[in-house]
Amino acid sequence: MTKWLKESGPESDIVISSRIRIARNLSGFPFPHMLKEDNGKDIANRVYNAVIEGNESLGKDFKLVEMHSIDKVDRLNYVEKHIISPALAKNTATGSLLINQDESIAILINEEDHIRIQCLLPGFQLDNSWNLADKIDDLVEEKVKYSFHEELGYLTSCPTNLGTGIRASLMMHLPALNMTGYINSILQASSQIGIAVRGIYGEGTEFLGNIFQVSNQVTLGITEEEIIKNLKNVGIQIIQKERYIRESLLKDKKVELEDKAYRSYGILKNARKITSTEAMKLISHVKLGVVLGLIKDSSLEKLNQLMEMIQVGFLQKYYKSQLSEYDRDVKRAEIIRMNI
Amino acid sequence: MICDECKKRKAVVHMTKMIQGHKEEIHLCEVCAKAGENSEAINNFSIPSFLTSILDANYNSNSTLRGYGVTNECSSCGTSLHEFKESGKFGCDECHIVFKERLNPLIRRIHGNSNHVGKVPKRTGGAIHLKRRLSYLKQKLQEAIEEEAFEKAVGYRDEIRELEEEIKKT
Ligand SMILES: [Zn+2]
Ligand SMILES: [Zn+2]
Repeated sequence: MTKWLKESGPESDIVISSRIRIARNLSGFPFPHMLKEDNGKDIANRVYNAVIEGNESLGKDFKLVEMHSIDKVDRLNYVEKHIISPALAKNTATGSLLINQDESIAILINEEDHIRIQCLLPGFQLDNSWNLADKIDDLVEEKVKYSFHEELGYLTSCPTNLGTGIRASLMMHLPALNMTGYINSILQASSQIGIAVRGIYGEGTEFLGNIFQVSNQVTLGITEEEIIKNLKNVGIQIIQKERYIRESLLKDKKVELEDKAYRSYGILKNARKITSTEAMKLISHVKLGVVLGLIKDSSLEKLNQLMEMIQVGFLQKYYKSQLSEYDRDVKRAEIIRMNI
Repeated sequence: MICDECKKRKAVVHMTKMIQGHKEEIHLCEVCAKAGENSEAINNFSIPSFLTSILDANYNSNSTLRGYGVTNECSSCGTSLHEFKESGKFGCDECHIVFKERLNPLIRRIHGNSNHVGKVPKRTGGAIHLKRRLSYLKQKLQEAIEEEAFEKAVGYRDEIRELEEEIKKT
């Protein structure tokens, strides 16, 4: 099972996962959207061989998943687990995924770039993610020739990834900052230093489930280590602020917090039909209750998993059928009642 | 990053939206973000439009200065500057070289005014590793001279000479 969902890592009261993604392209081939099918297969094979043959113990751990060989539901499921992007899921012609057993390392082949190495670990552990990604990068580079320019660094399909090609990100649960509106000053301050904060699972302007993705914007003219250090510092500051507000809420508004958490828990425990938007909101309230020790009947790991299990792709995979919106809401409520 | 809506103030709110499994992003300043959910940019945004606005600003101001022999198409993959503006994506690594000068303002806008200082491929980056070592030594030499540490300076100078020879050979 997916490592970041199964386990909770350091600072897991706030940080859900840490991700490093690096973009690379092979020299001598057009970028994926211009690529012919046989060239695309050729690239997938080269990367596959580099990993499988490059390191015996690592090689055994990986499997190759071609996008055309799995169905729509499985593809959506990978997207919802944040392992692949919608763009890769759509590329059934040349898109492939090399993935290890616990799904902490994924190599996306022929997404926007030929290669995207992604390491996704539970909790706050950016350094470990980077070390892993760096190692895989070296392993692949032994067997293929990367597109590289002295001034521009690793050449990528989109100029926003030039240079190091690295995107480091933290997925954070920030209910207290969002509830009190302090999140806006965080957004502002972060952007001043090249860090973007976005709501994820977002529809429109709402920050669904109080979950935010914090990531570096700049990839050129700065080293990988600096990028990670900067993001870590921002992460630490956000964690401290969120904890501070949680504590003062607990002091001043304990009954209200408890009430909110238990009401949410009650609905989740009993609802017969629920949308994902409502479920995400309620799970977030319960999560806060669990972290603050107000609710003892559930756990962080369970709730993190639940946030994934209520997504459309997961429901359809679990029930092995395409579901109408109405049926999804019913099945979602069922899955929540069974698992919370 | 500049606000997608007013194109004036700095964007501080970043949003992601899913439309039929397709992810889109919008970047807004605080004023525009607060101004409302009904604005066109929020309901109807895309990454390319952000790129295009920057490119156009630069493109128009320079258009009278462009001389002959400026190609608008990559000779290797055939991607045109126009296509890049539409999609925000290059067709191949050669595009970066062909359009480098004209894309500098865009790159600067995204990343600031600088060159790559991060990781270099082990196998293909040999000469770059040497050059980086060279500029490091030159800086050290300068420091040594300023500190009047002449013995050190001589050491650096010799090492620089050796390295320059080595770079010539590669
Ligand atoms: Zn604005
Ligand atoms: Zn090209």
